[in-house]
Amino acid sequence: MGKKETMSIRMDSLSKNEAFARVVTAVFASRLDPTLEELDDIKTAVSEAVTNAVIHGYQNGEGVIELEACAEDNVLTVIVRDAGVGIADVKKAMEPMFTTAEEEERSGLGFSFMEAFMDQVKVFSEPGKGTTVTMKKKIGR
Amino acid sequence: MEDAFIYEADGQTLIIHLPRELDHHNCKRLQYETDHLMAENYISRIIFDFTKTQFMDSSGIGILLNRYKQMGSGGGKTAFYGAGAQVMRVLKIAGIPGLMEPFETKESALLG
Repeated sequence: MGKKETMSIRMDSLSKNEAFARVVTAVFASRLDPTLEELDDIKTAVSEAVTNAVIHGYQNGEGVIELEACAEDNVLTVIVRDAGVGIADVKKAMEPMFTTAEEEERSGLGFSFMEAFMDQVKVFSEPGKGTTVTMKKKIGR
Repeated sequence: MEDAFIYEADGQTLIIHLPRELDHHNCKRLQYETDHLMAENYISRIIFDFTKTQFMDSSGIGILLNRYKQMGSGGGKTAFYGAGAQVMRVLKIAGIPGLMEPFETKESALLG
């Protein structure tokens, strides 16, 4: 596949959309002919990013989550964007086991999982404006 | 889409049969339900059954870690069985096999 292909979806910030987002992304990613393991990795990373948007970005309230994916050469790029509360200290938020939602039984491993399952994870956030997570994964090595 | 958790008691052991997908959405009831069961019954061991589970993310890990801590504070133990490829990778990255004993089958997990 040579040409760049893209897709984008806007969805409500609902926990049921965590499964929707990961399945849509996996179907889109399948055009890069990934292994089952690579597909599982992508699903897990997307699930983590969308769950963060629902729980932290919008604090389980109303909002819109944007999901974009791009397939170019053998690289899948996934962008998950929310216009929620944002993260004041991204570095701290990305530390393993760090969580601001203790009472919800969160493991604090969301960003660690994104980094473990994707090749590159970049987080851009502004308090009060929202968070954008950009993840890249090379398919078929 | 709402998968249910099925709870099975075997003496002082509580077996929790986990749903097909274990994410934030599907984990919501587990905390409340197990707290209720553990308050009403004497449980010295929890065994998680992943046989049906095809997908789990860090929300599932949060639930497992909290049950582990809950059991540990009372001297109880936790174990799991039936983990497939995706579940096992997630469990390993989170270091769960060092905390909970892994088993292949329900029978071996019950024998402990």
